[in-house]
Amino acid sequence: MTNSWVDIKNANLVLIMGGNAAEAHPCGFKWVTEAKAHNKAKLVVVDPRFTRSAAVADYYAPIRAGSDIAFLGGVINYLLSHDKIQHEYVKAYTDVSFLVREDFGFKDGLFTGYDTDKHKYADRTSWNYELDAQGYVKTDPTLTHPRCVFNLMKAHYSRYTPEVVTRITGTPQDQFLKICEMIAECSAKDRVMTILYALGWTQHTQGSQMIRAAAMVQLLLGNVGMAGGGLNALRGHSNIQGLTDLGLLTDLLPGYMTLPSEKEADYETYIEKRTPKPMRPNQLNYWSNYPRFHVSLMKAWFGNAATKENNWCFDWLPKLDKPHDVLQVFEDMHNGKINGYICQGFNPLASFPNKAKLVESLSKLEYLVIIDPLATETSEFWKNFGPYNEVDSTKIQTEVFRLPSACFAEDDGSLVNSGRWLQWHWKGAEPPGEAKGDSEIIAELFTRLRAMYRKDGGAFPDAILNLTWPYLRPKSPSPDELAREFNGKALGDVTDPKDPKTVLAKAGDQLDSFAQLRDDGSTSAGCWLFTGAWTSKGNMMARRDNADPSGLGSTLGWAFAWPANRRVLYNRASCDPAGEPWDPRRELIAWTGQKWAGVDVPDFKADSPPEEGMNPFIMNPEGIARFFAVDKMNEGPFPEHYEPMESPLENNPMHPDNPLARNNPAVRVFKGDKEAMGTAKDFPYVATTYRLTEHFHYWTKHAKINAILQPQQFVEIGEDLAKEKGIANGDQVRVWSKRGEIRAVAVVTKRLKRLDVEGKAVHQIGIPIHWGFKGEARPGYLANTLTPFVGDANTNTPEFKAFLVNVAKA
Amino acid sequence: MSVNVSRRQFFKVCAAGMGGSSLAALGFAPTAALAEVREFKLLRTTETRNTCTYCSVGCGIIMYGLGDGAKNAHAEIVHIEGDADHPVNRGTLCPKGAALLDFVHAPSRLKYPEVRMPGSSEWKRISWDEALDRIAGHMKEDRDRNFEAKNAEGATVNRWLTTGVLAASAASNETGYITHKVVRSLGILGFDNQARV
Amino acid sequence: MALQSLDIRARSATTTPLSSVRRGVEVAKLIDISKCIGCKACQSACMEWNDLRDAVGENTGSYDNPQNLTESSWTVMRFFETEPQGRLEWLIRKDGCMHCADPGCLKACPAPGAIVQYANGIVDFHQENCIGCGYCVAGCPFDIPRIAKKDSKAYKCTLCSDRVAVGLEPACIKTCPTGALVFGSKEDMIEHGNGRIADLKERGFQNAGLYDPAGVGGTHVMYVLQHADQPGLYALPNDPKISPLVSLWKGISKPIALAALGLAALGAFFHYIRVGPNEITDEDKESHDTTRPDRAQ
Repeated sequence: MTNSWVDIKNANLVLIMGGNAAEAHPCGFKWVTEAKAHNKAKLVVVDPRFTRSAAVADYYAPIRAGSDIAFLGGVINYLLSHDKIQHEYVKAYTDVSFLVREDFGFKDGLFTGYDTDKHKYADRTSWNYELDAQGYVKTDPTLTHPRCVFNLMKAHYSRYTPEVVTRITGTPQDQFLKICEMIAECSAKDRVMTILYALGWTQHTQGSQMIRAAAMVQLLLGNVGMAGGGLNALRGHSNIQGLTDLGLLTDLLPGYMTLPSEKEADYETYIEKRTPKPMRPNQLNYWSNYPRFHVSLMKAWFGNAATKENNWCFDWLPKLDKPHDVLQVFEDMHNGKINGYICQGFNPLASFPNKAKLVESLSKLEYLVIIDPLATETSEFWKNFGPYNEVDSTKIQTEVFRLPSACFAEDDGSLVNSGRWLQWHWKGAEPPGEAKGDSEIIAELFTRLRAMYRKDGGAFPDAILNLTWPYLRPKSPSPDELAREFNGKALGDVTDPKDPKTVLAKAGDQLDSFAQLRDDGSTSAGCWLFTGAWTSKGNMMARRDNADPSGLGSTLGWAFAWPANRRVLYNRASCDPAGEPWDPRRELIAWTGQKWAGVDVPDFKADSPPEEGMNPFIMNPEGIARFFAVDKMNEGPFPEHYEPMESPLENNPMHPDNPLARNNPAVRVFKGDKEAMGTAKDFPYVATTYRLTEHFHYWTKHAKINAILQPQQFVEIGEDLAKEKGIANGDQVRVWSKRGEIRAVAVVTKRLKRLDVEGKAVHQIGIPIHWGFKGEARPGYLANTLTPFVGDANTNTPEFKAFLVNVAKA
Repeated sequence: MSVNVSRRQFFKVCAAGMGGSSLAALGFAPTAALAEVREFKLLRTTETRNTCTYCSVGCGIIMYGLGDGAKNAHAEIVHIEGDADHPVNRGTLCPKGAALLDFVHAPSRLKYPEVRMPGSSEWKRISWDEALDRIAGHMKEDRDRNFEAKNAEGATVNRWLTTGVLAASAASNETGYITHKVVRSLGILGFDNQARV
Repeated sequence: MALQSLDIRARSATTTPLSSVRRGVEVAKLIDISKCIGCKACQSACMEWNDLRDAVGENTGSYDNPQNLTESSWTVMRFFETEPQGRLEWLIRKDGCMHCADPGCLKACPAPGAIVQYANGIVDFHQENCIGCGYCVAGCPFDIPRIAKKDSKAYKCTLCSDRVAVGLEPACIKTCPTGALVFGSKEDMIEHGNGRIADLKERGFQNAGLYDPAGVGGTHVMYVLQHADQPGLYALPNDPKISPLVSLWKGISKPIALAALGLAALGAFFHYIRVGPNEITDEDKESHDTTRPDRAQ
């Protein structure tokens, strides 16, 4: 989230799209009801289904699953063509005036640089700004130049007329326009919209671009950085934000630093590529600090072994040949290239697409290690559970270990919520039986491996033998020790660059802020973004002062928010260029004459006066927010509508004559998975999978109360389709895709309506996840039996939200 | 109000009337002025503050444990409810959070290390030492066999691609941090958490 | 506000006077259906606090689960898909004891002290005095009490009388994520409800209103309804009243019974405690169900 949960109460309009906050995040959703109660806010829900969020919405509109970019593109077109934008904000804080290279273009659904043989954009050099001799971006403040971002954007989205939107999305035109009007009202300086989304956007082959399109809407309205505004990802797990921040993803390092690719095998290239130069004059360009963050990380991990001479152990980091995301790993596993797999609190058999492929893949492993508090489906993938898991155990040669771990109630530590708050928690009981804490299990494994390498040697032992391990109990590092380590400390005295006589932190001290990090080896920090969490003053994550003096929900004394305890990201943009809040009722910070200050921690150089011209988006070297994503997105600088991989339409209505532009042109599809995709001829219905409020993924079916609240697997079918198919409410039905079949109870409902898309009737079927063959609830089929093995072109997050099925009475 | 009473119902009402009124009129009924409510069950439990393990709202919770922390008292958690001081949830919990107790005490909580041997259809309980030694053995054997120090072009890549790790996005930052540190020191790239899905 | 008061205002089958000197605050729960997301957190918290675990049931084509109140499910959400103003609404009502000011269950109960009404308005069942006759079921205009098969006792929502007695709010109130459930003095709750009704009217619900039915003397559990003119949309009785049977028992049968004091009466009593409860017959159920519109899903 750019903002925080409580901040939602400051909104005038709440748009829930690509998510279902009332069901998936009920206690955060309360701040929507607070906005309605105390701010007379309106709630708009756009969703394929009339959800429990829609049940309390002021306005609901249906949409065909997977067509969100068409909808949002239509909103962008509406705002631009009706001139409903926050002009001053857009002009000052975005790239609208920037000129784009002459060789950039877009034709028949493809941007320049597409390699039709490789099915990807091999050359993205044209997706960039035009630079002057100093390397700064050329601009046209009059916005008349045909190649300024404003005019390119206007042209790009002019195609998304209300008629086109309705044809693609199935959203009735009057409903679409009504929502446009409501959104457009928030272009006023004193009206703010927030957007709440979740996996309803991320789980598409074009999910990242759906989110970008939404961000563009928010920028046009001037709502980013504002209290009650922003673009708010409601994340799924209690610490999914923390694990992302800590970089536990194939290509990341802590704090959104990235692992080197094998093409950047020397340190200078690696650092240079990640340390941008300002692209406009006087900009802060925060990533210019990359070397400080990186060297401090390497000092935290490799201690004295990391020296300037050995490039801080750069060679010891593994180099990427390509991202090894979960789809890639399971594809490799399926091809017999993976021997071992370790699942810590993760149930991939239920969580990744195409269960049949997953079972085949896991069956090819030599060893599988499960670390979990619960008996998961993955841990018993080799066991026959009748129709729910039909396998022959004798034919599966994988050796499976299952290690019992503690749960939340049984350990100390911190979690990062969606609002980026690091909150400390305390242990209340011992784990059952012989179960151990997760850190302890990892430490036990590591210290054993280290001892083996020390004794017997083996492949490249250096990084293992030199990994810092300063813990008082090496087999059981304490959460306090680990938290202090990721916060960081001074290894030598850290002095003020303006006055070298002033010591900011003495050797051995915990650091108070990432501004104290150095690239000379005198500081260590395991995650620069979390610096400030455990300072010389102690554990900031355990703070419990819930005072909210301004009433804006800025509880600075509660826990610790990254970065630097800031509660609303980009809050400098809540003020006009002169430093005055756009809306005095939403004053987060302001320029006092000497510095930036207010009820939040300024997201800015605190002493840079407005006349210096520094812009609010300090993480970008331009200092502004980008409508034109330059070369950062794999499928192009502007979001464009493409059909889901499995679509009821034969063509992309935007580009009916170009088959290459039917689906996301940059998507990665493995051999075999393409053949496992169905067409509308055999699978005429759009399916979408989702969570119900009574359950949490595949965990709560193990909890009796939740099993009582939603005991049995079901699918949701609209009344029209049910009638057509002779399905009565409560009947058993089978639902099948090209990849498999499930059976479930039919809930026949008015909440799923037939949509008219491109002149044909499209029915959507809702498939809640949550059931499986372990736990207290009635046994059921893993819903991913049906889903296609393909992901977003940028993140490779699987397309669970739009695919094709057929249905019949069982 | 129309009275519509069947013969059978009338009989039942009279019977009950006789029973009940008889009792009271005969003085059988205890006439206590106070009635007891169910005893409040949390009077001396130990309160521990924690965060809900499910979604990312990060609701504050209070766990109520049996006993006062005395050495001989096993701190069984008997009740969990929302932390009213927490700025986001202000004491509220959703149907999952309100039932956290049943997750903590789920019958399917794992209690011992186990192994399933190739081709077997059963678990076998083993000790922690045996489990960890055998896993570390598998890992080292696979790593030593398949580690790539250099790629085809001769660049130093120091990676191990034949074993992968999935990390738990419900685990703490501290667990996540040490997991990351260990995983990269081994050279693993097949590494993700639930953020990927 | 001191919420607790254990003074008894009324006690089943008891004619001796009850203490009435102390005065306390009357409490109430307000259920704002327009804010309810049907998440069932209230059901969850109710089960957890009261140490109840119903059977794991099945899905019969709706989100309702458990499908009805039972001795272990003291509150359930009822889901209704309806189009009263031409557009789809998904009305979700938390069902459970209304804690009537004039409780039909208590009036009907022949077992002394099995049902009490505290001065704070909570109507509570005391299982140690319950004889399992089922008359509370017949006496209730909202079809709330349930007789357990296991112990032949009547059970229903206590409004967490154990929590309220020590100054806490009921478990469902505390947990409700959206504030659809609020709790306080009855006066404050009416006021709060009026504010919500004004807001709903501004948002296009012209018939929004409070459900605090006079036929049972008002209730200590009230609803804010978007369509107060059509309680049937929520499967609520339009004008709930205590069953004529109970009035009959209070008005006619009781004096008759008293007049016939003697062995016959005692015999009847011992019949109850020896043989156990009368099962609720289909005839009883039918007569009750006619007061309820068909339940949508």
